[in-house]
Amino acid sequence: MLRTEEMLLNVGPQHPSTHGVFRLVLKIDGETIVEAKPVIGYLHRGTEKLAEDLQYTQIIPYTDRMDYVSAMTNNYVICHAVETMMDIQVPERAEYLRVIAMELGRVASHLVWFGTFLLDLGATSPLLYAFRERESIINLLNELSGARLTFNYMRVGGVKWDAPEGWVDKVREFVPYMREQLKGYHSLVTGNEIFTNRVIGVGTYTKEDALNYSLSGANLRCTGVKWDLRKDEPYSIYDRFDFDVPVRETGDAWARYHVRLDEIEESLKILEQACEQFPAEGAILAKVPKIIKAPKGEAFVRIESPRGEIGCYIASDGKKEPYRLKFRRPSFYNLQILPKLLEGETISNLISILGAVDIILGEVDG
Amino acid sequence: MDLKLENIPEEDMKEIQRTVFMSTLEQIKAWSRSNSLWPMTFGLACCAIEMMQASNAHYDLERFGTFYRNSPRQSDVMIVSGTVTKKMAPILRRLYDQMPEPKWVIAMGSCATAGGPYVKSYSVVKGVDQLVPVDVYIPGCPPNPAALIYGINKLKEKIRYEAKTGKKVI
Amino acid sequence: MSGEKDLDQLKKEAAAKAKAAALAKMKAKEQGEAQEESQSEDLDIAKQKAAAAAKAKAAALAKMKAKEQADAQEEGVPEDLDAAKQKAAAAAKAKAAALAKMKAKEQADAKEEGVPEDLDAAKQKAAAAAKAKAAALAKMKAKEQADAKEEGAPEDLDAAKQKAAAAAKAKAAAAAKAKAAALAKQAGGAGDDEKAKAIAAAKAKAAAAAKAKAAANAGGGAGDDAKAKAIAAAKAKAAAAAAAKAKAGGGSAKADPVEEKPSPNQPYLDKYMKVIEEHLGKDLIEDSYINRLSKDVPTIIAKPESYFKMAEFLKYNEQLGFDYLSELHGSDFETHMEVYVHLYSFKNSQSVALKVKLDRDEPVIDSLEPLWAGANWPECEAYDLLGIKFTNHPNLHRIMLGEDWVGHPLRKDYEPYDVEV
Repeated sequence: MLRTEEMLLNVGPQHPSTHGVFRLVLKIDGETIVEAKPVIGYLHRGTEKLAEDLQYTQIIPYTDRMDYVSAMTNNYVICHAVETMMDIQVPERAEYLRVIAMELGRVASHLVWFGTFLLDLGATSPLLYAFRERESIINLLNELSGARLTFNYMRVGGVKWDAPEGWVDKVREFVPYMREQLKGYHSLVTGNEIFTNRVIGVGTYTKEDALNYSLSGANLRCTGVKWDLRKDEPYSIYDRFDFDVPVRETGDAWARYHVRLDEIEESLKILEQACEQFPAEGAILAKVPKIIKAPKGEAFVRIESPRGEIGCYIASDGKKEPYRLKFRRPSFYNLQILPKLLEGETISNLISILGAVDIILGEVDG
Repeated sequence: MDLKLENIPEEDMKEIQRTVFMSTLEQIKAWSRSNSLWPMTFGLACCAIEMMQASNAHYDLERFGTFYRNSPRQSDVMIVSGTVTKKMAPILRRLYDQMPEPKWVIAMGSCATAGGPYVKSYSVVKGVDQLVPVDVYIPGCPPNPAALIYGINKLKEKIRYEAKTGKKVI
Repeated sequence: MSGEKDLDQLKKEAAAKAKAAALAKMKAKEQGEAQEESQSEDLDIAKQKAAAAAKAKAAALAKMKAKEQADAQEEGVPEDLDAAKQKAAAAAKAKAAALAKMKAKEQADAKEEGVPEDLDAAKQKAAAAAKAKAAALAKMKAKEQADAKEEGAPEDLDAAKQKAAAAAKAKAAAAAKAKAAALAKQAGGAGDDEKAKAIAAAKAKAAAAAKAKAAANAGGGAGDDAKAKAIAAAKAKAAAAAAAKAKAGGGSAKADPVEEKPSPNQPYLDKYMKVIEEHLGKDLIEDSYINRLSKDVPTIIAKPESYFKMAEFLKYNEQLGFDYLSELHGSDFETHMEVYVHLYSFKNSQSVALKVKLDRDEPVIDSLEPLWAGANWPECEAYDLLGIKFTNHPNLHRIMLGEDWVGHPLRKDYEPYDVEV
C-alpha cells in the first residue's frame, strides 16, 4: 500500500476561474477533498460603514458595485426600502421602466453565469456567445442610463432618466432574438456529453438542507421549493405579469443549470408583456422632497435578484442619512453550504459545484 | 564599422529600402514585447467584468495579442482591475514579485488608481501604486472596454518609447 | 391555601363588576402587604408600572382640566380647583397602585399554585378593566369638581404658561391648537375626554384661549403618550377575550387611536404572543409590536436570556414553523447593541422579526447556528464588524477583516488603525 498523506491546497484568491477573489483552503487526499474551508473578505469594502455618512440617493451608486453583474436589482432594493418606509407611490411609467431594466439585468446576469460556468468547465465558445448577447443588453441599458455596468439608474420614487425614443421598440426586437440564441445555447451545451457527465448528480443537496442553510434563488428552486419573491411576495408591478417559476427536483448542478436557463426564458416573457403594456407617457419620478429623510424606525425588505433573495435593512432616526444600513446579500448566504457540499468530492467536481452556486464576490464581501 | 551605401545601384537601393530596416536590438525587443502582452487574470471586482467584456466578442482584445495567462510566472502585465483591500494587498504584492522581468502594471479603474468611490473606507488601499509601481492608469468606474484598449495601447507606446529613447516615462 | 383561593375567585368576580372592584382592591391591599417578600420583584415592576400609569393619569387629568378652565374663563386664579385636582390625582394614584398590587399578587399566586394560565389571563383582563374603570371614575370626579367651580382656576404654573404662550404669535397658536387636537385624539382619551375636547373645539375663542390650551396640551402631551402605550400594551395582552370586557369596562380601555387602523397583521402578532405565552410563559418578551414601516411585519423583542428558547420555539412549534432564516445582523445603537433576526415560515407564508437588545460593553448572546445552519456566517460577520460574541457557535472567526484587524469597524466609536494606507 502506498503511504498517502493529506495535502493542503490553496485555491488562492487569484485563480483561473473567473469568480473573483475567493480563497478556498482544501485539505486533499489525492484527488478527494477531505475538508474545505472558504476564506472570504478579500473584497470587503465597507459599504455599510460608508453609508452611515451618505444620503440615500448617494448610496445608490455604491449598491451598483455590490452585485456588479446585475446592478439594477441592487439599485431597486434600496429604493424599495426607502419607499416602503416613506410610503411613496411610484408612477406607472417609472414602474414599467424599472421592471424592464431589472429583467434585462436578470438576463444579462444569467448570461454571465452561463459563460463563466462553462469556461470553468473547459468550454471556451459559450463564453463568447453569452457575452455577445450581453453586449446587446448592455448597449440597451447604456442608452437608458448612461453606463454599461454600474447604472445608478433608480431613485427613491422612480427612475432618473426616461427611455429615449424608440428604446422600447428595440427591447421588443431584442426578445425574439434572444429566444433564438437561447435555443442555440441549448443545442450547443445541453446535449453535450462531456458537460452532462460533469454536471449531473454533482453537488446535490436536499430541500431541508437548502432551507436550513438559507439558500435562495435558483439554488433553492433546484430542490423543488417553488419560491420566487416576484410571485410570492410581489413587489413593484410583478403581479401584472404572467410568468412561471421554473422548479426542478433533483438539487444538483444540472438542475441549477436548467433552472437558470429557464429563468432567462421567463424573463423574456415578462419583457414582452412589459413592452406591450408600457404606458405611452407619464411621470418617471414621484414627488419626493429634494433631500430624502426616512421616518424614524426600521424596515427590512427583500426582492428577488438573479442570485437569490436580496434584502435591505434600514434603521433610521429621521435624518437624511441612515443610521444603519445592511444588505442581505444572497451570495453570502448561498456560499455557506459549500464546505458541506465539497466533502468527498474530487477537485474537478469542485469547479462545477462552485460554478453552479453562482456567487459574485462583490456581493459576498460587500 | 560603417555600412558602405555609396556604390549601390538605383534599383538595388529601392529594394534595400523596401526590405531591409535597421534598428537597435532594444527596439526590436520592445516591439515584440509590446505586441504580445500577456496579462495575468487579476480581476478583483466590477472592472473585471469590463475586462472580460473587452476580451470577448465585440471588443476583441486577442487581436492585439493580449492572451490571458492564469499563472503569474507566464505573464507580462498585471492589469489590476477592481478594489484592492488591505486583506488582499500582501497577496497582490506577492503575485507581482512572482512575475518575471520585464513586467508592467496597469491600474484599471478608479479603485485601483486611487481608492475610487471607496476612498473613505476603512479597509481599502487607496490606490494600488502604494504596493507596486504602476505604468498606466486608466480612469473610469468601470472604464469602457474601449478605454481599456486605449490604455493597453498607451502601455505599448510607452514600452516602445522607452526602448527607442532610453528615457523612462514617469 | 384554600382561603386564598376563595379570595382569588372572589376577587375575580368582584373585579368584573364595577362596584366590587373597590372591595377587591381593599382586600388586595391587605394581602399584598402580607406577602411582600415573596413577590418583591413583581411588585417592583408593578410599582413602576403603577407609577407610570399614575403619572400619565395625573397628566391627563391636568390637561383636561386646563382645557375646561380655558373654556370656562380666561383669567382668575382660585386655588380650590388646584386642591381638588391634586386630591383627585392622589386618589387615582392610590387606586392604580392598589390595582397593580392586586394584579401582581394575583400573578404571584398563580405561579405559586400553578393555576392554569387562562385564569391568570382572566385576572389580568380583570385588572386592566378595573384600572380603566378607576381611571374613568377619577376623571369623572375631577370633571365634576371642575364643573362645580365656575371660575376657571389654572394653577400658578398654568398661569405662567398662559402668559408665556400669550407672548407667542397668533398663527402659531392656531396651528398648535389643531396639532394638539390631533395629538389628543391619537393618544386616545376616554370617551368623556373626547366629548370635552369636542366641546372645547367647538367653543374656539380668542387667541388667548387657544394658546392656553396649546401650552397645557404640550405639557400634557408626553403623559398622553405614556398612557397610550400602557393602554395599548394592556390591550394587546388581553386582546383575544378581553375586548368585550374592556369595552364594557370604560372609555379609556377601549379607545383605539382614532387615526390608525389596526394592522392586518395584528391577529398574527396576537396569535404568536398567545402561543408563546401558553407554552413558554410570559416574562420572555420585552416588547412586541407591528412594524408599520416595514410592510407590517410583527416584531418581537426578546430578552437576552430567553432569546434562544424563543427562537427554538418559533422554529419547532407546528403552528408557527419558522423554518427559514432570512437575515441576521447586529446594529450598534449607542446605548445598546441589537441583533435583528428575520424569520420566514414557508408553511404559513408569514414573516416575523425577532430582536434582542444587548449590553454595549459586553455583547454576548446565544448563537442560532444549532437551529439554522444559515446563521453561521452572518454571526461571524456580526462578530467581526461589531464585536458581538455568540456562544455555542462552532467556528466564530473574523471572516471579513482577518484576524489581525484592530477594532470593530461598524461600531459608532471606531477609530481606523492605519489611515494613511
